[in-house]
Amino acid sequence: MSKTAIIIGGGTAGMETASQLARLGVEVDLIEKQPHLGGHLKNWDRLFPNRRNSDEVFDYLEKGMNDGISLHLNAEISNIRKSEEKFTIALQDGKELQSDALVIATGYEVFDARKKEEYGYGIYDNVITSVELEEFFRSNKQKNLLEGVASKRIGIIHCVGSRDEKAGNLYCSKLCCVTGVKQAIEIKELMPDAEIFCFYMDLRMFDRHFEEMYYEAQEKWGIQFIRGRLSEASENTDHTLLVKVEDTLTGLPLKMKVDLLILLVGFVPSPETRRLAAMLGLKEGDDRFLCPADEHTITNSTEIPGVFLAGTVKGPAGIANTITDARATAIQVADYLK
Amino acid sequence: MTFNLFVLPFSLGFIFLFFTMIMKNRSWIHEMDVEDKRKFKSGLRSPRIFFALREIFFESLLHRKMFRRNPMLGYMHMSFAFGWFLLILFGNMESRIYSGFWINPPYYPIFLKFFIHDKHVLPFEIFTVPGFFRFSMDLLLLFVLSGLFLAILKRSRSHWFGLKKTSQLQFSDKVTMTCLWLIFPLRLLAESFTAGAYGYGGGFITQHLGNVLAFLWPLNDKDVAYACWWMYSLSLGIFFVMLPYSRYMHIPTELILIFYRNFGIQTRKGSGFFSEIELLSCSRCGVCIDVCQLNTAAGIQDIQAVYFLQSIRHKQVMNNIVNRCLVCGRCQEVCPVGIHTDYQRLFHREVFRKSQAQDFSFLNGESTRKAEVIYFAGCMSHLTPTIPEAMQQILDTAKIDYLYLDKDHTVCCGRPLMLAGKPVQAEMLIAQNKKTILDSEAVLLVTSCPICYRVFREDYKLDIRILHHTQYLLELIKKGKIPLQAYFRKVAYHDPCDLGRGSGVYNDPRELLLKIADPVKVRNEGKDSLCCGGSLGLINAGTEEKDRITKEALENYLEAKPEILLTACPLCKKTFAKHSPVEVMDVAELVMEAIPKKAGEVMSC
Amino acid sequence: MKSFGYNITEDRQIDFDANDRNVTVFINEIEPSILLCMGCGSCTATCTTGHFTDFNIRKIHTLIQRGELKHLKKEIMKCMLCGKCQLVCPRGVNLRNLILSIHTALEKSGL
Repeated sequence: MSKTAIIIGGGTAGMETASQLARLGVEVDLIEKQPHLGGHLKNWDRLFPNRRNSDEVFDYLEKGMNDGISLHLNAEISNIRKSEEKFTIALQDGKELQSDALVIATGYEVFDARKKEEYGYGIYDNVITSVELEEFFRSNKQKNLLEGVASKRIGIIHCVGSRDEKAGNLYCSKLCCVTGVKQAIEIKELMPDAEIFCFYMDLRMFDRHFEEMYYEAQEKWGIQFIRGRLSEASENTDHTLLVKVEDTLTGLPLKMKVDLLILLVGFVPSPETRRLAAMLGLKEGDDRFLCPADEHTITNSTEIPGVFLAGTVKGPAGIANTITDARATAIQVADYLK
Repeated sequence: MTFNLFVLPFSLGFIFLFFTMIMKNRSWIHEMDVEDKRKFKSGLRSPRIFFALREIFFESLLHRKMFRRNPMLGYMHMSFAFGWFLLILFGNMESRIYSGFWINPPYYPIFLKFFIHDKHVLPFEIFTVPGFFRFSMDLLLLFVLSGLFLAILKRSRSHWFGLKKTSQLQFSDKVTMTCLWLIFPLRLLAESFTAGAYGYGGGFITQHLGNVLAFLWPLNDKDVAYACWWMYSLSLGIFFVMLPYSRYMHIPTELILIFYRNFGIQTRKGSGFFSEIELLSCSRCGVCIDVCQLNTAAGIQDIQAVYFLQSIRHKQVMNNIVNRCLVCGRCQEVCPVGIHTDYQRLFHREVFRKSQAQDFSFLNGESTRKAEVIYFAGCMSHLTPTIPEAMQQILDTAKIDYLYLDKDHTVCCGRPLMLAGKPVQAEMLIAQNKKTILDSEAVLLVTSCPICYRVFREDYKLDIRILHHTQYLLELIKKGKIPLQAYFRKVAYHDPCDLGRGSGVYNDPRELLLKIADPVKVRNEGKDSLCCGGSLGLINAGTEEKDRITKEALENYLEAKPEILLTACPLCKKTFAKHSPVEVMDVAELVMEAIPKKAGEVMSC
Repeated sequence: MKSFGYNITEDRQIDFDANDRNVTVFINEIEPSILLCMGCGSCTATCTTGHFTDFNIRKIHTLIQRGELKHLKKEIMKCMLCGKCQLVCPRGVNLRNLILSIHTALEKSGL
């Protein structure tokens, strides 16, 4: 009888781990609470740094959903038991699944921008999040973005809910910077007349081609960067917004009227990740993301034999790194099951 | 013979204490300003003196507040204070029977049993006057001794007295306390040995104990008794001499405090003498330690009011002690002596910052337009825009013509400066703001911030109505100006420190809530409510310590499992929102939510 | 004329080695949280006094770290201690105590 693995979470990490494990001859149960696979990937329109369509990546991942993978969509886990090296997972519909290994790939969710009340999300009409902007892009409503607004000045706010002790998140979400630059360019593509300002603290263009994108944003699209963190936004009577920052490079406070404010919301561990961690007794870091057995060398296993981690349960990561990480997890699992 | 050398230690100690108190009080009266002197003089000739005596009876003797807090603690204090008082009273009456004079030397009643040895009248001893006193004096001594037993117990088992932590003692306190603890056992021994030696003259305890001792002791009992009398007198004498230098100074000072307070003399700016009276009235009971959230949540145990006041007495006020305090008023609320601990704290912060100049000449003191009602959101409300947004919409719905005074930019109300110990500097800011307010010609000032509300009422001396928005909204609802269709969601209400304890506004928000929500009962509410941890009174504390205070307070509300944590202060809201798993809202937001979106909705309900 | 806190004829190089950083050390010891600043400027953006004057608390903070103490006394006199800066600071810097510590430090050093 061949060995089995259960993968919890059918996003990028879960799909790729499942596909690779199936290829290695492991029987896989893939549990997803949504009615469809793909997780956050399905929310993004185009991906940084090359602005390729996210559907292409999803298509690749979907191709891996071959024989040997049983999909369980709309499935919520009610409890997990471990006995004699076997994991038994009870689903809410009463079904029970058994396996020799368990992969946690329940990922992250975006920071709830309403927690930064002073930024006005959920209070003022023209404050949206980067996620909502992607939805606009995806649903071909682009033309409606700022319809009827004359001046079209847009502010993009970096580090919303990241690097912020007041939000309870001291860590950097890594990918908001590049997302902001990507979205700035995309808005410019749609609305060449728009004036776009990125309000940042540090631009962390850490990966290949990120810095070049920043260069392109300045050179080709004329996007402007102001080094200062938003302290508060208020709404004018015409529903435009007044943002207050310090332009730290001139050392002077700056106020600016914008028609739309886009908040680059960061990563936080998903509630499901935290629930499973509590259920299984997995170690959370002080950033509440899960800790692998070793941060450098054993990055995909946990201290509990048979339980593995894949993707953004361990912290903010982009699509490419998530896929790479998922493959590493698959190898670790296959090794364990030998 | 009515004199013996051994009475000297007591007598000298007593005279020393008596004159020390006279001198102290003289200097306090001397320090009074004209207003306080007037209050003092008129107080002496008014029925207030009886109120003071009544308060002394209930608080200084019976310790009613202590009883309410913990019966064991109350009994301990009462047995000492009331028991000793009755001993003195009965002792004086008893002594009069034998001396025949109205006035005796103070030592005479104290050492009466040394001088007088009366034969018992059996079997009706208790129905004779001397017999009755003999019986009563022994009973009272027993009463005091039971308190002493509890006091010794309290040192090691403070939790039996409702105190998680008892105050730490200084050396002078330890000496004085030892003398105090010795007084009554020595009196018992002295009287017993004397009664035993003579074979008569004692009460129901001292006589029997004396007889047993006489039987057991092979020495000359009269000599042993004499030694005991000496020691008794010495312990009294040392106690009296040490008293002004120890925490027991609170006993005489509290009496003076109660008189002055009843005369209407209050803690206020510039009255250093009253501050000293309050300071010396602290009995170091330690009740303030247990209610202090810096202790219970953050584990900081050296800054509580009792230690802070102690550090002032010993002239060792450290920056760290004076600045590490939420100024939330919780200790002030429970202090059995009624010491204004918050005021004391700010008064001494001032000492540190007196010479630190400020300059607010850049404010212009002009209002943009005239309006009957002005709305002042406050600095912090600009970081919680839902609150001023809700207020504006509600005021628009109620068709109020108002001016949003700090809409475009915030101006500080001045209380944060006061909390930092800069009341004089704050006055400069207040003067500027006052000009703006007066320039608007408003008759009503509504604010969303309890910090502003408090300083507007206490220090602005404005001749207009000042309301916190919870009060104003209640008023508007009562007048029928706000249509309501409430959802009656389950809410836990948090009393902001400056609104509740600081300004006494407890009922208005609650009355308002009953109209629009389903308030749940929480463990610490009203006067006992906890501080959110965001207080501007806390000058130097780390993020972690503040977080722990917030979490402790949150737990208190979450226990009641509310849908919403409701507050009436932007700072509390912001502080709680950082950690709260449930939604945190201001009362104004809830009122806003209850206003039907369309007129039709009102009709349907 | 608006004062920018400097004069164009003066040498405006920070002479780090010449600057006396005792005051810096003193202040950092009283309120260690000020070492956490990452220069985002939220404090200055929200500053109540900053709306009326050229008072810039972030800059004051940074100048102190470099041992530049000129004009400091005149500047901090304008602070109302309202605490908004502290409430928006993403690093939890205790800015009110920073101002109070500067007052104390200047008093002690006789500046």
